[in-house]
Amino acid sequence: MIETKNITKKFGKLKALDQVSVTFSKGECVALLGPNGSGKTTLIKSLLGMVVPDSGEIFFNQKPIKQQWAYREKIGYMPQIGRYPDNMTIAHVINMMKDIRRGSRSVLDEELINSFGLDKILQKKMRGLSGGTTQKVSACLAFLFSPDVLILDEPTAGLDPVSSEKLKQKILDEKEKGKLVLITSHVLSELDDLITEVFYMQEGQVLFHKKLTALIEDTGELKLSKAITSFINNHHSLTVV
Amino acid sequence: MKKILKYVMVDIVQNKIVLIYTALLLIISLSIFNLEDSAAKGMLSLLNIILILVPLICIIFSTIYVYNSAEFIELLVSQPLKRKSIWLSLFYGLALSLCIAFFVGAGIPILFYHADSTGIMMILTGIALTIVFVGIALLAGVLARDKAKGIGFSILLWLYFSLIFDALVLFLLFQFQDYPLENVMVVFSFLNPIDLGRIQILLKMDISALMGYTGAVYRDFFGSSMGIIISFLGLAAWIFLPVYFSLRIFRKKDL
Repeated sequence: MIETKNITKKFGKLKALDQVSVTFSKGECVALLGPNGSGKTTLIKSLLGMVVPDSGEIFFNQKPIKQQWAYREKIGYMPQIGRYPDNMTIAHVINMMKDIRRGSRSVLDEELINSFGLDKILQKKMRGLSGGTTQKVSACLAFLFSPDVLILDEPTAGLDPVSSEKLKQKILDEKEKGKLVLITSHVLSELDDLITEVFYMQEGQVLFHKKLTALIEDTGELKLSKAITSFINNHHSLTVV
Repeated sequence: MKKILKYVMVDIVQNKIVLIYTALLLIISLSIFNLEDSAAKGMLSLLNIILILVPLICIIFSTIYVYNSAEFIELLVSQPLKRKSIWLSLFYGLALSLCIAFFVGAGIPILFYHADSTGIMMILTGIALTIVFVGIALLAGVLARDKAKGIGFSILLWLYFSLIFDALVLFLLFQFQDYPLENVMVVFSFLNPIDLGRIQILLKMDISALMGYTGAVYRDFFGSSMGIIISFLGLAAWIFLPVYFSLRIFRKKDL
């Protein structure tokens, strides 16, 4: 569904992405992991066309995305830090998005708006919202148009445990419908029951990209966090030898 | 495109600065026309104020607006929208609202007190200058990532166009006064939209004494009506080029 071929992006001297080639297919729920500054967000932004890679190509449904825009109808994106115009209310933002994307989907998925209780505070201005509430708005917008691909950058950061659980359940539901979900998160324990694949980046390069089952088999660990730690330790000892 | 333009316009109207700008222009133009005993004199005073005030307000307001819309732009770029239409909507929104502000604040009093071809020319020039400086502000805003740098850059550009440019031209004139510089001066005037606007109105008013050196040369060179057409083309280029370059940069910009 999404394929990148040798994409490289430099910010000054820093190589944020270094020859990254990867394929994400339908029905998978992929965890994008890696230390801070390893290039996860840059990769996501490249997929969305917000960052233009210096070299390499990105394909969405086998079509190159360069200078294209219509493919984004099929993507719902929840940014790490959602930033919205200050003097718009929640209702304004949601209506504006509906207005902009009207026609791309006839059925709107407003489940999250209601379950997060945003329908009761629709008249609040974005300026006065707490970080967590802003995250909720971002999440609602990402799911609103039932897109085929969901890209969630740190979706549960700043959310209270109850909302976080609601969001996880929603992600699971969407995965069941055969959608591609890309998640970055630092809270590995949360991802255990969500994901099917692990994609690990370090310093702009792909360290590994494996099925979760394969990873567990290789390392003999059941918890994602332990599996990854042990895989990286083995990997490093291998490279040292 | 229309949809984004709608949201930009609503946002600008909600922002009270444009309304204050309209009121300010209205107060200035009404008081000038009421203070001066002849409307023609009033036009001249108003011209000088317009040539300073309009570029200043337009360039600074637009630059700040571009930086304050960073979140909005980021939000839109991740949606199924063309970058071109996002950027052009921003440009049209700013240009349209500032033009309306100019028309209400200065245009209507001018039509009321001095409704002839000179008055209309003055309104057209004011509108053209408004659009030119919105375009320049967009270019400054897309070039500098840092807000303070971008706004500083805009203020410098305004200073350059309203004061420094004239000083440079005078300096050159004195330095090279032994050489025939008339034709060079005509070329120089195209490097400054404010100069073009001034020449255009003065050519129309036909007040040679007030035209300054470039203006006088200009009239000798082109004659009145031809001069007006050519300076208008110059202003059109000043509208088109900054917007075109800012769009080219924005299409490849990382957000």
